[in-house]
Amino acid sequence: MMKFQTLTSPASCLDRDDIDTDQIIPARFLRTTERTGLGAHLFEDWRYDAGGHPKPGFPLNQTGANDARVLIGGRNFGCGSSREHAVWSLLDFGIRAVIAQGFADIFRKNALRNGLLPIDVDAADHAACLAAAGAGRAFTIDLEARRVMAEGVAFGFDVDPFARTCMLDGVDELEYILKHEDRIAAFERER
Amino acid sequence: MTSKSRTLYDKIWDDHVVVAGSGTPSILYIDLHLIHEVTTPQAFAGLRARGIGVRRPDRTVATADHVTPTVSRNAADAGPLAVEQIRRLEANCEEFGIPFYGIGHERRGIVHVIGPELGLTQPGLTIVCGDSHTSTHGAFGALAFGIGTTEVEHVLATQCLLEHKGLNFAVEFDGRPRPGVTAKDMILKLISEIGIGGGTGHVLEYMGTGIDALDMEGRMTICNMSIEAGARAGLVAPDDTTFQYLSGRPFAPSGEDWDRALERWAGLVSDPDAQYDRRVRIDSGSLQPMISFGTNPSMSAEIDARVPDPAGIADAAERAQMTAALEYMGFTPGETLLDQKVDVVFIGSCTNSRMADLRAAASVFDGRRVSEGVRALVVPGSQQVREQAENEGLDRVFIDAGAEWRESGCSMCIAMNGDKLEPGQRSVSTSNRNFEGRQGQSGRTMLASPLTAAAAAVTGKVADPRTLLENRS
Repeated sequence: MMKFQTLTSPASCLDRDDIDTDQIIPARFLRTTERTGLGAHLFEDWRYDAGGHPKPGFPLNQTGANDARVLIGGRNFGCGSSREHAVWSLLDFGIRAVIAQGFADIFRKNALRNGLLPIDVDAADHAACLAAAGAGRAFTIDLEARRVMAEGVAFGFDVDPFARTCMLDGVDELEYILKHEDRIAAFERER
Repeated sequence: MTSKSRTLYDKIWDDHVVVAGSGTPSILYIDLHLIHEVTTPQAFAGLRARGIGVRRPDRTVATADHVTPTVSRNAADAGPLAVEQIRRLEANCEEFGIPFYGIGHERRGIVHVIGPELGLTQPGLTIVCGDSHTSTHGAFGALAFGIGTTEVEHVLATQCLLEHKGLNFAVEFDGRPRPGVTAKDMILKLISEIGIGGGTGHVLEYMGTGIDALDMEGRMTICNMSIEAGARAGLVAPDDTTFQYLSGRPFAPSGEDWDRALERWAGLVSDPDAQYDRRVRIDSGSLQPMISFGTNPSMSAEIDARVPDPAGIADAAERAQMTAALEYMGFTPGETLLDQKVDVVFIGSCTNSRMADLRAAASVFDGRRVSEGVRALVVPGSQQVREQAENEGLDRVFIDAGAEWRESGCSMCIAMNGDKLEPGQRSVSTSNRNFEGRQGQSGRTMLASPLTAAAAAVTGKVADPRTLLENRS
């Protein structure tokens, strides 16, 4: 798990609701046995035309999008399949935090387990984030303080405390479960 | 606390907590871990990197389904990447002692079809798989949900997951669906009502006379699409229909074990005064066949409906979404869904590829021809379904009608194996997702029941299957 403590970066906007994992990484790119290299195909069918050329209007094709570590989505981000490749492709592209009005459950869990921070916002803060990102302002995300700051943007966010600790320390959950091996063995014996 | 009345979800959860969370997630025991070729290679690599093994290979079952070809039993027909994924899974299973139903095995099939078919899926179990449609198994009163690859690694290593408990959502289907209306129509109706994110954070418990009347195949169809409402899982309390389905299956308990299991399973119901965080009621007795018109499953309507006008949507984001969806699908506001031209019909997927689904489709195909210019694929959910269908002569019905009869697999539901739509083609599909490009780049998917899909195949357009069933004398 990659550590996440603080981050300062411009943000890209993809203000659409219900962005599903088939858009984030189309299924034809899941025929891999690796976690790496998926950023090249992030939002492939929205990013490129049939000839493989970048679509000029697409936000991630804008100048500076490669520098953005923050992505702002709409409502219910990451719905659909359980493919962790969606999170891997965002990370591989360079995204470390997604700000959205809600996330699908499996996507949220996959994100937290990989050091990609999902940040829930309400409608007012969402609008402020879009405005700041559109103006090219830098966002500062402080996971310890659970705060997002940018010009015209200042709000706190909730994150599962356990996942937050894991991200701050770069520790993964499997070690935590493995520490309870005796309890698991006892559970198996007793049933 | 212990005397508090509980839902079915509460009971299964409580039975599987190894370490109760306090400020941390709980450690939840997993009874059955189903794995497939696409979401596991990185998890096995993770185990090797840590130098740890698979804790319970006896609670793990593998199959290959997502990338397998349906034109043959030769993986090479789905390309070198498919060959490599399948080979990798086979090697991982061999190394760690996991039973593997690979290509050529008579028990191979879509992971969510073979689990129930083999009797692996049983009431009261916790079941996970690196696939969101794991919710299917909830039809048996099992707590079943999809997980990511990191969690696949957790379960392989520890047979446990870190989980926060979700909320309880009661979904009552009131009334037996009328002829021509199926479980698929019921679940599309629900999703159209509560939305694609309507179940987020919740476990749906389906109940009511509409559910009681369904066979297990129908209940699986409904639970399968729980995830399309964003729900963590779907559940149906087990009853005699469940027990009769399971009796005699290869991995179901037998003899005295069966009797003991029945006693245990009888307790798997929500207490009469159990509390739900949310409730919704659907009048399933008056439902029509449903079909999707947009680019997510909540954009579904009665088959005789008209394409909605985005101008009537107050919320700007929703209006933009609907406008984009209709443009993608090639629909104009106000036109009817009936009679829209169809290029491809796909009957298959973990939603609708079991015997009841194939029998329903065959009842429409029987004595008719696939309309000229339409390509119709029938892809059974498993090799056992394929064999049974052939025993009943259904393959002849499909082939005589001009449809393609294939080997089992996920096929055109996810379009990873070469079975896909061409750009711009419109399908009527019995699968579960109509997201942009889901069935092939720039393909256009309309989700519907096997009856409605078959009706589209023989008419070449969106049609109400009841008109074809009524014409049977």
